[in-house]
Amino acid sequence: MTNIGPDNRAATAPPLNEMLGLYRTMVLIRAFEQRFATLVLKGTFSGAGHLCVGQEAVAAGVCAALRNDDYVTSNHRGHGHCLAKGVDPDEMMAELYGKATGTCKGKGGSMHIADFRRGMLGANGIVGAGLPIACGAALTAKLTKSGRVAVAFFGDGASNIGAFHESLNLASIWKLPVVFVCENNRYGEATPVEYALAAEHVADRAPAYRMPGVIADGQDVLDVYAKAREAVSHARAGDGPVLLECETYRYFGHFVGDQARYRSAEEVESFRARDCIIRCAEQLTKQHGVRAKQLEDIAADAEGRLDTAVAFAESSAIPDAAEIMTDVYSEVRR
Amino acid sequence: MTTERVITFREAITEALRLEMRRDERVILLGEDVAGGAGRQAEGLSEAWGGAFAEYKGLFAEFGDNRVLDTPISEMGYLGAAVGAAITGLRPVAELMFVDFIGVCMDQLMNQAAFARYMSGGRVNVPLTMLTHVGAGVGMAAQHSKMLYSFFAHIPGLKVVAPSSAYHAKGLLTAAIRDDDPVVFCVHKLLLGQSEHVPEEPYEFPIGKARIARPGSDVTLIGAAMTTSVCLRAAKALEADGIDAEVVDLLSISPLDEETVLSSVRRTGRAVVVDEGFPRCGLAADVAALIAGHAFDHLDGPVKMVTAPHAPVPFSRPLELAFMPGPERVRAATLELF
Repeated sequence: MTNIGPDNRAATAPPLNEMLGLYRTMVLIRAFEQRFATLVLKGTFSGAGHLCVGQEAVAAGVCAALRNDDYVTSNHRGHGHCLAKGVDPDEMMAELYGKATGTCKGKGGSMHIADFRRGMLGANGIVGAGLPIACGAALTAKLTKSGRVAVAFFGDGASNIGAFHESLNLASIWKLPVVFVCENNRYGEATPVEYALAAEHVADRAPAYRMPGVIADGQDVLDVYAKAREAVSHARAGDGPVLLECETYRYFGHFVGDQARYRSAEEVESFRARDCIIRCAEQLTKQHGVRAKQLEDIAADAEGRLDTAVAFAESSAIPDAAEIMTDVYSEVRR
Repeated sequence: MTTERVITFREAITEALRLEMRRDERVILLGEDVAGGAGRQAEGLSEAWGGAFAEYKGLFAEFGDNRVLDTPISEMGYLGAAVGAAITGLRPVAELMFVDFIGVCMDQLMNQAAFARYMSGGRVNVPLTMLTHVGAGVGMAAQHSKMLYSFFAHIPGLKVVAPSSAYHAKGLLTAAIRDDDPVVFCVHKLLLGQSEHVPEEPYEFPIGKARIARPGSDVTLIGAAMTTSVCLRAAKALEADGIDAEVVDLLSISPLDEETVLSSVRRTGRAVVVDEGFPRCGLAADVAALIAGHAFDHLDGPVKMVTAPHAPVPFSRPLELAFMPGPERVRAATLELF
């Protein structure tokens, strides 16, 4: 394993405002997902829902290391990446409702949220498809000398698909400014990683493509943040791609309603005991003396933000039927 | 009077690319061996190929390795990178050497390039051109000889063009590069060496427009790419039968110029659709259905289809020649209408 920098886990914590920012993002993501799950179970809208509850530290830590104009591609479990990249929760919620005011005018839905103003090039319903696209965004950055970096978020499952291997190879030979962020949540749908992955770690595949492979504790936002910052600056400096594997866990099943009978209650409990939000709260209290009241206020703010988002979505219009035929091409055709 | 300049279909492609790359620095070319000898500039060994079909000769020398990028044999990787480059501001031309290779990278075209605009609510352009080689006739058997334009035309969001001559190749490639949607540009291998007058200045031939390749009054022969010249030869042969055939050259498979097809058939009252693609759910069936649905009252007989058989392209030369629709089959099908 090549590690591109020192292990920052024991290093001094970031300043209070940065830590609070990370905490707020994680709390907002979890609140969003919990609200989303409630709405799905009530039958409010159609479609599958893939929750990232438990994995919030990865989206928050990586996106905090990015500039606003950096690029991100995401996957089917992408709400957290979108929120962390700054996509508007009102528009996201409206998209989930299939409303005209949604990020994609109701044409994308949960698995396809995109917001090009925020560098969010799209969540994706096809496993692994975002990696080549991130390479292309990084190619644009390199050729136009924009200084931007592209991040591809994907899961452990995607590390077994051809697009992963082709992308790592291409990014390496072209020295593209891209960071491949694997959220290893230990399951590809209902299949455990130790069954599906012919390696101990996804990051073990990095040396085969002559790039640094780094493992972060995906339940510790400070570790993710520190290692993401190093990876991003490595890429931005023109030193080529990095594979950053974040070891994490999804608390719920593959989709809302999946009872996840392929894993034990003890296993779930062992990861919940290392919850990223609780851990960050403890760090905030211990290292910066943040009081419980302030943390409660952050949680209340997130709930309030979601009340607003749900109200916005519910009061928004459904798309006009004519919208079926718009945006197919750059010009409207019959 | 000055003589008109004549160049080949292959040179017309080079010229369209060169002019667009000069005009707009966002245009890049990437694919397998589009230069050849990548990384060996210092030894004077670069641009060994200029593409497997030599359409890109001179582009690497003029534009360098930042804009003419040799890729590994990694179609999913580089076609996907072309999609990512297109949605972030470049205008890539990605070469897929043989259309048959689409099997290893279809997702990036079908689910990503084609749908990015729609699924984002119209908030992004996808100015990607995928230039690819189609068709039989070069003895490379079933994995290197398919047409597949119908395959792409089936997908909303993709535009598909199939030029039949050098003039239209240059105009359509220029239009494809300037288009804000993904365009599949199908080059029939047998057309690359054909030559005709091509203006030196840049010009666009509009995507979605067919043309009357030969006016006539008795029957409409409809072709695309290689089958346009098949139709023209059949029309010539039909003169001896006393039949004045009109030839419609589709040029664009999607969007399809329905008006040009229908107005021709309404005038002639007879239609023969000629397609080198497989017959099931293919171009010929689609055009025949269009005519049946919208010009039925003008027809003096059934719409005839002359297509490849529903079989893989065979290797053996005599079988390959029998596989491809030729002028004699078109003539015979036409005569059945009289």
